[in-house]
Amino acid sequence: MAHSGIDILFQGQNFHRFLQGFGVTLRVAVITLLIGGVLGIVLGALRTLHNRPLQVILRLYLEIFRIVPTVVLLFVVYYIVPQLFHLDMSGELVAIVTFALWTGAEMSDIVRGALIAVPQHQVESAQALGLNRLQQLRYVLLPQALPVALPGTINLATRIIKTTSLLLMISVMDIVNVGQTLVEANSHQHPAFAFWVYGIMFIMYYILCAPLSWWAKRIEKQRLERSNG
Amino acid sequence: MKKRIFGILTALAAILVFASACGKSSSSSSTSDNDTVAKIKKAGVIKIAVFGDLQPYGWINKSGKRVGYDLELARQIAKDLGVKAKFVQVNANGRVDALKAGKVDMVLANFTVTDDRKQVVDFADPYMKVSVGVISKKSNPVTKIGQLKNKSVIVTKGTTAEQYFTKSQKSVTLQKYDSKTQQFNALKNDRATALADDNSYLYAWVKNNPTYTVGIKTLGPSSYISPAVKKGNKALLTWTNKEIKKLNKNGFFEKDYQQELAPYFGSDIKASDIIITK
Repeated sequence: MAHSGIDILFQGQNFHRFLQGFGVTLRVAVITLLIGGVLGIVLGALRTLHNRPLQVILRLYLEIFRIVPTVVLLFVVYYIVPQLFHLDMSGELVAIVTFALWTGAEMSDIVRGALIAVPQHQVESAQALGLNRLQQLRYVLLPQALPVALPGTINLATRIIKTTSLLLMISVMDIVNVGQTLVEANSHQHPAFAFWVYGIMFIMYYILCAPLSWWAKRIEKQRLERSNG
Repeated sequence: MKKRIFGILTALAAILVFASACGKSSSSSSTSDNDTVAKIKKAGVIKIAVFGDLQPYGWINKSGKRVGYDLELARQIAKDLGVKAKFVQVNANGRVDALKAGKVDMVLANFTVTDDRKQVVDFADPYMKVSVGVISKKSNPVTKIGQLKNKSVIVTKGTTAEQYFTKSQKSVTLQKYDSKTQQFNALKNDRATALADDNSYLYAWVKNNPTYTVGIKTLGPSSYISPAVKKGNKALLTWTNKEIKKLNKNGFFEKDYQQELAPYFGSDIKASDIIITK
């Protein structure tokens, strides 16, 4: 076929709309990571305390958000919550809230693991210096734990970016949703156009995720080099 | 360990009871605010659920504008209400929930009236009629329902076609997809013998995909497409019924058909095959 359809991509507002979809995906992912990251650090720190009821609650939170598929969580917050509580949120806000709670749960596990990995003698030395529990966290534990947690966090970030493709289900115009409307509007006349649309989607997700996973690998390598001399 | 699991289950049960209690109290309060039309006028905007991937009913053209047969009607309704239209793009199986959750005031997304749906939303008077049709390869056309026995048929979740086959054609294996895009891709990739959907979509699709044919044009009873509002939203329902009657009288739908649908349908299809003339 002489006409492959790539020029449709640049007709009218088509490419601009794709970029807007890219912007939505990026915005949701970044805000989610910021809120979920802070939430995860706090919860992760709380999970190292020896308080039974608190552990049960946090464990329950983690397991619920890990076991229930993210798309189900999205539907619950988008469709069920407004009916129960008369709380009306836009699709994007719903996505950020849901993803942040999910990210917080996953992040708390990463942070908890990293905190536990800090050698016990570090804590004992801190206690010997007379630091209280909060000071131990602030000056001894977190500075040593966060570098350990970083590669896992960056991997989580790429997972968040890929999970934003679910936004299509709750009427948010993200990359995938824009792409599908473009395919549907043009593929009748130019069936090959779909190829270009999915190609652009691939490139956009690649641009978002590839640098992150490269960075995660580099950090992990540096850390291993440092700790092993 | 047992004790702990029991504790978790108790906590979950408590959450559920709490949630359902809230649900009851809120549903009784939502029926009391009844003049929804005045509310929409006051807000100056009506939120309408539409499709974004269904040419020529609800889709987005290259200048980024939402257009189509449903969209024309949606804009006319907003214009006659004297408010702006805000469009929310939905998938077929999100239409009921979008109304229930109050995400939209009205659904104009090629919503076919069915008894099951009548239980959960209120339909206004219809503005289009359709029935289930079946497309297949022109080289190997399916013209009788008997040919589909023990074969796979593609449908989209939540559509009339899915319901019809699930209820009335149990010997047919269904392959269910989430969106129109996916279902037509699946057919092109030869995932099944045929695809069933409302015939109105299929008339348009085969015009652009001439290797396929609408072998079965009507299957089961004919059904109607209507605007839908939230269950119990009487004011908006009454207003919409009057609006449809008025638009029918002044030939709006004929014009809408000629402008939005005629260019996409085969030449053997007439306005009266789709619109309702009374």
